[in-house]
Amino acid sequence: MNLSAYLRSVAAKFFHRSEVAEEMEEELLSHIQHRADDLERSGLPRAEAERRARIEFGGREKYKEEIHKALGGNLIETFVQDLRFSQRQLRKSPAFTMAAVLTLALAIGANAVVFGIMDGLVLRPLNVPQSESLYGTHYGDNPAWQSYPNYLDLRDRNRSFEGLAAFSMVLGAGLDTGKNPTVANGFAATGNYFDVLRIHPYLGRFFHAADEHGPNSAPYIVLTYGYWHSYFQDDRGVVGRTVQLNKHPYTIVGVAPPGFQGTLMFVSPDFFMPIVNQEELVGINPNDRSNTGGIFEEFGHLKPGVTPARAVADVDAVDAYLEKTYPKEIAHHSTVLGREGLTSFTAGVRAFVSGLMLLSGLILLAACANLGSLFSARAADRSREVALRLALGSSRKRILRQLFTEAVLISLTGGTVGLLGSVMLLRRLSVWQPIAGAPVHLPVSPSPELYWFALVLALISGFLFGIVPVRQVLRASPYEIVKAGSSGRVGKRVTVRDVLLVVQIAICAVLVTSSMVAVRGLIRSLHGNFGFEPRDTMLAGVNLAMAGYSGEKVPAMQRRMIDALQTIRGVEAVGLVEGYPPLAYTAGYKVSVFKEDAGDLKLANAEIMPYRYDISPGYFAAAGTSLLAGRSFSWHDDKNAPAVAVINRDFAEKIFGSVTGAVGKIYKLQDGTHVQVVGVVENGKYQVLTEDQQPAMFLPFLRSPIAAAYLVVRSHRDPQELAAVMRSKIRELDAGLPAGTQTWSSLLETVLFPSRMATMALGVLGMMGAMLSITGIFGMAAYSVSKRLRELGIRIALGAKRTEVLQAALGRAVKLLAFGSAAGLLLGILATKVLAFIVYQATPRDPLVLAGVVLAMALLGLVATWIPAQRAMSVDPMMLLRED
Amino acid sequence: MEQAQLLPGTLDLLILKAVSLGPLHGYGVLLRIGQITDRALMIEQGALYPALFRLVRQGLLKASWGTSENNRRAKFYELTTAGRNRFREETEGWNRLTSAMAAALAAQPEGL
Repeated sequence: MNLSAYLRSVAAKFFHRSEVAEEMEEELLSHIQHRADDLERSGLPRAEAERRARIEFGGREKYKEEIHKALGGNLIETFVQDLRFSQRQLRKSPAFTMAAVLTLALAIGANAVVFGIMDGLVLRPLNVPQSESLYGTHYGDNPAWQSYPNYLDLRDRNRSFEGLAAFSMVLGAGLDTGKNPTVANGFAATGNYFDVLRIHPYLGRFFHAADEHGPNSAPYIVLTYGYWHSYFQDDRGVVGRTVQLNKHPYTIVGVAPPGFQGTLMFVSPDFFMPIVNQEELVGINPNDRSNTGGIFEEFGHLKPGVTPARAVADVDAVDAYLEKTYPKEIAHHSTVLGREGLTSFTAGVRAFVSGLMLLSGLILLAACANLGSLFSARAADRSREVALRLALGSSRKRILRQLFTEAVLISLTGGTVGLLGSVMLLRRLSVWQPIAGAPVHLPVSPSPELYWFALVLALISGFLFGIVPVRQVLRASPYEIVKAGSSGRVGKRVTVRDVLLVVQIAICAVLVTSSMVAVRGLIRSLHGNFGFEPRDTMLAGVNLAMAGYSGEKVPAMQRRMIDALQTIRGVEAVGLVEGYPPLAYTAGYKVSVFKEDAGDLKLANAEIMPYRYDISPGYFAAAGTSLLAGRSFSWHDDKNAPAVAVINRDFAEKIFGSVTGAVGKIYKLQDGTHVQVVGVVENGKYQVLTEDQQPAMFLPFLRSPIAAAYLVVRSHRDPQELAAVMRSKIRELDAGLPAGTQTWSSLLETVLFPSRMATMALGVLGMMGAMLSITGIFGMAAYSVSKRLRELGIRIALGAKRTEVLQAALGRAVKLLAFGSAAGLLLGILATKVLAFIVYQATPRDPLVLAGVVLAMALLGLVATWIPAQRAMSVDPMMLLRED
Repeated sequence: MEQAQLLPGTLDLLILKAVSLGPLHGYGVLLRIGQITDRALMIEQGALYPALFRLVRQGLLKASWGTSENNRRAKFYELTTAGRNRFREETEGWNRLTSAMAAALAAQPEGL
């Protein structure tokens, strides 16, 4: 028979399946009737004749199966049969089905969400052409930060990149279209930025290298598609329009294509501006080689045939040359190249995401263990049915295939539900703004890879838990079971189910331990000592450049603002810090410090690199930083006075040996200035919470004023009310000056974000683990109680005490629980070493955590065994003995 | 009488032979085989049906429902043209094989 005819017959069989089956049945019965007629004629009574005819015929089920095989439609047909049968079976036990589907939906959903995040952040390249050869550098004096002249040298001297572009971030620029001034965030990009990326504008044009003619020469901006869409309502007429950016006129030349959100994965800027105009906008002098705040990252396509390793060597060589040429400005660390998009964050993000992937994988494993034991219990309960089918001539292979069909049906349903949930969650995550006021977003969206991932995961887990009862079925002897019933042995042997339960409880304990450690760490970081007191502190970010101030007008206006805020009722102290206060947006500025007698001020000779803050008198009082020795600044510490500094305890101990010995001592800055220490303050956290203790120095802001600063106001007044009064005070001084107010605590959100995320994720996973182990223990306990009801009844009838009954019924479950919990706790303690990278002060050696885990597991056990225990206790021996 | 096991592959030929003598239902095929083999060959009754369905699928037999001599509904099988041709070929093949086998087994040492 040719293929098409064969397929047609298969299709015909497939569609007329039930007809064929009915016909087959009728034919076989007709045969038996004819045989019975013959036997009857030979003198047997009809009933006996029919019985004999049936026996002579042999196993009808078996022959039907063979006929199906002979018909060729076998594979599909038996599959459809299995499917229908599975459906009927599952519908017969809706509670089991619901529990199984829900368990899997949660586990697969969690994995899909984590995979979606991993896909968006780690696996997927930047959305630009040929992104596979696009590499970014972490080159510079400080990892990832680099000065503009250094960039120019590297661009022109390297032999590895086809073109090297660079960008920096412009956070909080005042954008005024003439009617509705707002604060926007952008990228300052080199002229070749878009050409290096090989992308084309959606509207108008991009700016190019040819537009750059020295500092402040290219007043053009390009809008991102998203910003153009939401802020300019898709108005195609914006191209050519002039807007005010920090009071400077800029022409909108074009709109970037949709889907392009700059070259940092989780930052979505509103606009791009030429980096040569950075000075007038944010006050960074592009010609200052030692100012490493000018460039965030450099990137470009590697030339064909150039490996990343060769490119690193090349960049290092250029850097060594620069270091020799400009020893005062450059101290080279080492170059690292990474795929553009995540570069500086690759390690952290990778660690975080793979940690999550690992934990969610554990959840899935626990879910499979859970379902495996459920299935195996079910197979045991159905052993009578299985035995009957075996006795009637069905093959073991067929029965196993049917059980697998059931498992896969459940896993696919669960996978689909989980996938739907995760797609919804990912959609929410992609529009989520985790940090108020910062252009941070998660570039996650459901991709085809995600669907494949979920499908494969569902199938794998289906097979994983489907395989558990296989041995049971293969071993089953139909005669034994039909004779003895399915009550089975109550042995002391360790069964597969016991192992599964222990594994599952151990996994759950790992998750519970991790999440408790994370929660404790987070709580401690909220109440930790930052070296300042974020509570009752209001911040006002004021960038005078936005209102057109420059030169000497800047410090004068800043002083007037401090004085004005001090007049507010209930305000205890007011201070100012240039740039960002500690722990804001993970911004930190480090400088090199030399000993007083250091001759050659090249960076390699620097003693330490403390964080530098330029502050006003009153800042320490406003921030709540305590002075350990000496004095703080006064309004006389200005350009005409000798240079003075306040340092932190770490600085004092590292350089001068002690806190008290430091006051009055002198050290040198990079530019050769001799600075005298006038005071020492307590240690603190400066950039991130997880940092080791760092040195810090505070200089009087009057000696080097800049326009962007934060005013710090300490008051017990209601924050909202206070913020309103502060804004109106600043408006009284200059109506055109935008001021963003927020509490210092809320600004800490940024630095707490990673640990908050970790805690949230771990919390959710821990909850899921807990739920899984509850259902697991419950299943096991309920099953063992129901299997042993008769035995328990006899024990009660013979006068066993309640505790003895309980022990008999649940002793094993409790033992397994204790064993699994102990194993999980140990593993969890090992696992939290990884956590310490993300969560501040994550230590498992915390009695509270240990006690918490033990309590939580005990509680879980109690909840899960409660109902089975009740059932065991309320056994009525008479009832039981009357039944079978 | 002693019964012999069926050689693999011979059931199909026996069925074709049985049906070649006239349309038969399943039980009839069984009876006819018993009759023509003098009950020397043992066939389990149910085992007949997979073979019948296979032959129908191969286009060698065709089946139609009718009424049996016992006045019961039954499915009757008859040879198709392809079935008749195949029956002839198989019979010849079988004869060749058996005569060759018989000659081989009858050979005596002195004949060599």
